[in-house]
Amino acid sequence: MKRRFREVGRSVNKLDGMDLLHGAAVFCEDLLPADCLHARLLTSPHAHARIKSIDASAAESLPGVVAVLHHGNVPRIMRTTAGQGAPEPSPYDFTTFDNKVRFVGDRVAAVAAETPDIAERALSLIKVEYEVLPAVFDPIKALEPGAPVVHDEPDARAVIPVVYEPRRNLAAQVSMQVGDPQGALAQAEVKLEAEYRCHYAQHVPIETHIALAIPLASGRLHIITSTQVPFHVRRIVAQALGEPERNLRVTKPRIGGGFGAKQEVLIEDVVAWLARRTGRPVFLRLSRAEEFLSRTRHPMILRLKAGARRDGTLTAIDMDIVSNTGAYGSHGLTVACNCGSKTLPLYRWEHIRFKADVAYTNLPVGGAYRGYGATQAAFALEIHLDDMARELGMDPVELRLRNLIRRGETSPVFQALGEGSEGVEQSIESIGLERCLRLGARAIGWGKKRKNTTGYLRRGLGMACLMQGSSIPRVDMGAASIKLNEDGSFNLLVGATDLGTGSDTVLAQIAAETLGVETEKIVVLSSDTDLTPFDVGAYASSTTYLSGQAVRKAAAQAAAQIRRVAARLLDCQPSRIRLEDGRAHAPGGRSLTFSQVAHHSLYQHDQHQIAGFASHISHKSPPPFSAHFAEVEVDTRTGLVRVIKYVAAVDCGTAINPKQAQGQIEGAVLNGLSYALCEEYLFDERGRMRNGSLHEYKIFCTRDLPRIETILVPTYEPTGPYGAKSVSEICINGPLPVISNAIMDAVGVRLRQSPYTPERVLAALDQKRGDG
Amino acid sequence: MKIAFEINGRAVEWEAAPEEKALELLRRKGFKSVKWGCGEGDCGACTILLDGRAVRACLLLAFQLQGRRVTTAEALSPPGKLHPLQQAFLDEGAVQCGYCTPGMLLSALALLEEKPSPTEDDVREALDGNLCRCTGYQKILQAVLEASRRMRP
Repeated sequence: MKRRFREVGRSVNKLDGMDLLHGAAVFCEDLLPADCLHARLLTSPHAHARIKSIDASAAESLPGVVAVLHHGNVPRIMRTTAGQGAPEPSPYDFTTFDNKVRFVGDRVAAVAAETPDIAERALSLIKVEYEVLPAVFDPIKALEPGAPVVHDEPDARAVIPVVYEPRRNLAAQVSMQVGDPQGALAQAEVKLEAEYRCHYAQHVPIETHIALAIPLASGRLHIITSTQVPFHVRRIVAQALGEPERNLRVTKPRIGGGFGAKQEVLIEDVVAWLARRTGRPVFLRLSRAEEFLSRTRHPMILRLKAGARRDGTLTAIDMDIVSNTGAYGSHGLTVACNCGSKTLPLYRWEHIRFKADVAYTNLPVGGAYRGYGATQAAFALEIHLDDMARELGMDPVELRLRNLIRRGETSPVFQALGEGSEGVEQSIESIGLERCLRLGARAIGWGKKRKNTTGYLRRGLGMACLMQGSSIPRVDMGAASIKLNEDGSFNLLVGATDLGTGSDTVLAQIAAETLGVETEKIVVLSSDTDLTPFDVGAYASSTTYLSGQAVRKAAAQAAAQIRRVAARLLDCQPSRIRLEDGRAHAPGGRSLTFSQVAHHSLYQHDQHQIAGFASHISHKSPPPFSAHFAEVEVDTRTGLVRVIKYVAAVDCGTAINPKQAQGQIEGAVLNGLSYALCEEYLFDERGRMRNGSLHEYKIFCTRDLPRIETILVPTYEPTGPYGAKSVSEICINGPLPVISNAIMDAVGVRLRQSPYTPERVLAALDQKRGDG
Repeated sequence: MKIAFEINGRAVEWEAAPEEKALELLRRKGFKSVKWGCGEGDCGACTILLDGRAVRACLLLAFQLQGRRVTTAEALSPPGKLHPLQQAFLDEGAVQCGYCTPGMLLSALALLEEKPSPTEDDVREALDGNLCRCTGYQKILQAVLEASRRMRP
């Protein structure tokens, strides 16, 4: 469907680019008041221990120390750190300071002092006596009878009706079944069973978690924080303090990257409590080592069974998952739900079984991370289908084409799996995946002979299909307001949270398209709980699709008011007024500028503010789709895998800003490649992370970048703003399966455990040689 | 101790503690483009130019600036205007969150001053100490190459 737009579909430059390119003081740490105290955290050296006693007297008497907080002097209020809608689907298993520690790096106490150095010195003066408890690190063992119980406190609880059994380390459980998967699998003409393991990873935003709390003379507290969820921060900090929301103002400045890590209300409670206790501004920034222990991607063990007919029709799937949520259940349930709901609907299985157990262990805590379960499940499923194609003697692209969901169809998974509750039935109204497959295959040279297939350097190709969602249906809400100014510009106020994604610019384009002005005439403010309307925040691939629709509705209201004023002045019906190029045009060639309309409405007659205000929820979560292809070169002497070329063909509906959409795709692909090939947490036998720095935990840099080709495949999603769906998350899911599939093609070894480090690849090659 | 040096073309003499990092001094004096990202020299967010060479301000002690010529991203252009390198970053979509951007710009500037017509490999090498988690680097490389074309006389 081809539609003509003026502002939508234009690669507008980022509206906040000027500030960012000047290095202007727009990030949280740039905004510290002169009298600000500096906070540091004392963390646990033990994986599992009870705190028998804390003696903070020596720390408190160190000159320059203003406050020391710990479980003995801060009330116990059970809650979650997960920044989700209320009541949260994550269990209430956390309090600001607890009398027990559950992983190495768990919070014990916090100090506020005049300088960071004094705060740091004070930490070493806090005497903590621990009763060390047996720890459990393996999620499967954690679920066995007799395992150490991570959450034995009586007040840990779920706040929505879900399975929650902390006594057996079960932080969450989800399951669904359609048809007769057992019977179908038993009778399948071709069946395949395998186990997959994917690993811990950190988001590594270049700006770590940072927060500042400033007490105001009014008694209110102003929190400036690097967050994806300012309104959830306000609610959850209010809960942690035992105060009403009106006492708090939360401002999101520019954010130095989040990727899900900052969907967590992780340190705002500490600065808030310290500011309340001291009456002074308090600032806390996690060190890089602490950032690695903040929130992570849930590692998982996935067991898959699939059945197919000889002709290549996929009939049955059984996906059984054990997810490791670490010491707290943050996002444990919903990430597990997404493993099924964001992968299984891709194919037309008749019989489906899905089950996930989410286990507590004494390791770092899982959380929201771009991809959110789809990454882990697509890894297993798309490798499994690659092997299935091999079993069937079929081309992997052909197998996908044969079984893909099509326009107008639904999947029983949509209805069965929601976010901790039942899902929402939906049929697919826009899908360009077949075209993604064909264009992607052509771009990588699928089916053509590869060079260098002899000698020690072997090349191979791999591919995968992906989907995600766009917002959480019937849960997420975004709101926006917009008003007209004298010069014909508009202020757009959104609770939606630009964390570097460019959503301010995209939302401005949607407003501009609706109003008939240039995007550059829209001044965006995001987000401040005192100034902007509510929005759940930047997560679940919701901003463009959901908040964008709120913006479109608010702008349409303002447009209607402009038409009314202009119609009176131009003496015609409002419905005859056309808005274009910042002018209201009447039939016959007469027109007024928006500036003239604004002056008239503000100063001259029937004075009023031309403004719109709207909220939006969605009853659907239309998936974006993508097909990924890669060519790799495996060095059979060293096991090193080099990516030669990567192709991502993406159907995100209408790309509101193609340049930015491309940026989302490239960024997600590179993060995914880095995760697939080198990022890894190394733990010692006591559960301590051994590589908590950026020289030991390697992420991709410019030298590692392969050639990435992005192909936007436009479709039109009727429920999205100007046909848009989401684009930010989906592409991080590709590299794990695609690279494993390409390695298989290159050297005939199958990696089902990530990351594909040279050691792991070499071990697989050695085993093959031994078997051979 | 007092430290005298030149910053963005201006001679200054500032008080600093013996153990104070150059990063801390510069930020304390209002040069907020110099970002903290790790404090261990790994991420490049605190990149400054010292006599034209890209270095990490988090690894330098303040007194090591004595007598040197320091450039930060603030020097690139006045408010409301953009240096051709900044303009290329904006046009190519090389900025997402913007936290790594000042450091990237300075590493790129040092390269372009030494090599006005770099190859893509030159750019990769010059920027390999500046981590970015948002963009995937491709648009940053394109921006630097585009800037080199625009800046050539």
